[in-house]
Amino acid sequence: MSQASTNPGISQEGSDVPTAPPPQNFVKKYSGPIAVQIACIALWQLISTTGGLPSYILPSPIETLATLADGSNDWFNNTMVTTVEIFGGFILAVIVGVAIALFFSWSTRLFTLFMPLLVALNMVPKVALGPIIIVWFSYGIFTNTLIAFAICFFPIVITTARGLREIEPELLYLSRTLKASKWQIFTKIQFPGSLPYLFSGMKVSAVLAVAGAIVGEFIGSERGLGYLMLQVQINLDTATMFMAVLMITLVGVILYGAVAFLEFILVKRGGQA
Amino acid sequence: MDAQIEPFISLQNVKKIYGSGTNQHLAVSDVTLDINAGELISIVGPSGCGKSTVLMILAGLISHEDGQVLIGNTDNPFDANRDIGMVFQQDLLLKWRTVIDNILLPAELLGLPVKESRERALDLINLVGLDGYEDKYPKQLSGGQRQRVSIARSLIHDPKLILMDEPFGALDALTREKMNLELLRIWEKSQKTILFVTHGISEAVLLGSRVAVLTAGPARMAANIPIELPYPRTLEMKTHEEFGKYCREIYDLLGMA
Ligand SMILES: Nc1ncnc2c1ncn2[C@@H]1O[C@H](COP(=O)(O)OP(=O)(O)OP(=O)(O)O)[C@@H](O)[C@H]1O
Ligand SMILES: [Mg+2]
Repeated sequence: MSQASTNPGISQEGSDVPTAPPPQNFVKKYSGPIAVQIACIALWQLISTTGGLPSYILPSPIETLATLADGSNDWFNNTMVTTVEIFGGFILAVIVGVAIALFFSWSTRLFTLFMPLLVALNMVPKVALGPIIIVWFSYGIFTNTLIAFAICFFPIVITTARGLREIEPELLYLSRTLKASKWQIFTKIQFPGSLPYLFSGMKVSAVLAVAGAIVGEFIGSERGLGYLMLQVQINLDTATMFMAVLMITLVGVILYGAVAFLEFILVKRGGQA
Repeated sequence: MDAQIEPFISLQNVKKIYGSGTNQHLAVSDVTLDINAGELISIVGPSGCGKSTVLMILAGLISHEDGQVLIGNTDNPFDANRDIGMVFQQDLLLKWRTVIDNILLPAELLGLPVKESRERALDLINLVGLDGYEDKYPKQLSGGQRQRVSIARSLIHDPKLILMDEPFGALDALTREKMNLELLRIWEKSQKTILFVTHGISEAVLLGSRVAVLTAGPARMAANIPIELPYPRTLEMKTHEEFGKYCREIYDLLGMA
């Protein structure tokens, strides 16, 4: 066996291996984008203070942040409510979505029978279901969670179901010559292979979940950041509305970041593109 | 061929029809071929003539209509559940597994002892010339290196029969020739029976102790040509007059001369 390295036919190929790129300098990589974002905020401050616009049209960043100190906004509780709705709807969608996708993957029959229905349902503007869901379940945190769920469930089922079916036939042949069980094929080949699809669905859904929860709060609620926005809108308190939008965005970014982090741990770090 | 030797594989008038009813397609009409244990046989034939179909029948993945397929003899009993290794044109490596874990996949599916399998995998990594690459991911390898990994994977469970379906078809010409030499070396070391399907006539002659020529579909055995070039074979042999004669004979049989 030690012959391998002395054989001229093979030792050369080692040299043409694409070597891992040198670790990117963190500062170099991110300083540009961060500078651009800071510049935008500075520009916002500049325009809002010198542009002659009234503050109910364009409050300055400082005015916006100042609304955090206003206890009547109850930021903590409102943010918590919205966070629960977003994360609840999203996590529910992942659990139910993956379960249904697995169910499909077990049988081609089920897949061909139900996939068109799912694709059709996906075309329904879920936001339009909001008032109906409120009629069924009355308004509240649970209802808004359901609206978030309804809106982010489909991308997860559809991408995961596709991913579970993306298995090269030759790989199945190979497994079958080794008399691999369906369960072995599932756990060793199919499921890990579907993870990149699941995560791409989850990233789309993370964004949608935020929209779903806020729309739910707009349609009917007595708590949450969407509710707060409607309350202060009456007084043309645009600065508080701006701050609410920032808080909603922050919750969304945290959810998206968590998904991206999990993806990095489970998929990207492990060699999958 | 020595008539006394009991063949390891015996294909007798094998026939395969795909589909049923009015939608039938005769893919293989009549293939008869004996292969001895430890032989490396090349199979050539035009595209769509049924080469892959013959391999699939041997792998027990599809049924056949007429004729007989026997694998194994008294000296080399054959266990259809674990004595087949396969290599395809695509490397079929799992992106999320490292080189060594990809090689170990068949061992895991068969439930072979972990420690011994790992040692064997490391030996195979050495055999295919990938020392030091065991913890790399497929995307960090070149096409030729990936195909080496898939050859190692086909050997991990120590099968008696290796079925290769155009394994180097996706490689560039230079890498392909290099891999031909590699395969010859691996074959000599591992003593496996190998069926090597290819479109490349000179590749078939360079590798095979015999070349089975199939004619355009439905596959029919046109010839079974013993290649009397000594092993170990070298690329230099491609320039020999004899080599050219074998190639010409095969081109003739395929009507391409
Ligand atoms: N599952 C199938 N159902 C119906 N027909 C098939 C099937 N698989 C292959 N065939 C047909 O059988 C014939 C032989 O196919 P096969 O794949 O064995 O050819 P091949 O010699 O391997 O071709 P290539 O060199 O292009 O790989 C072809 O005409 C093909 O269309
Ligand atoms: Mg083929």
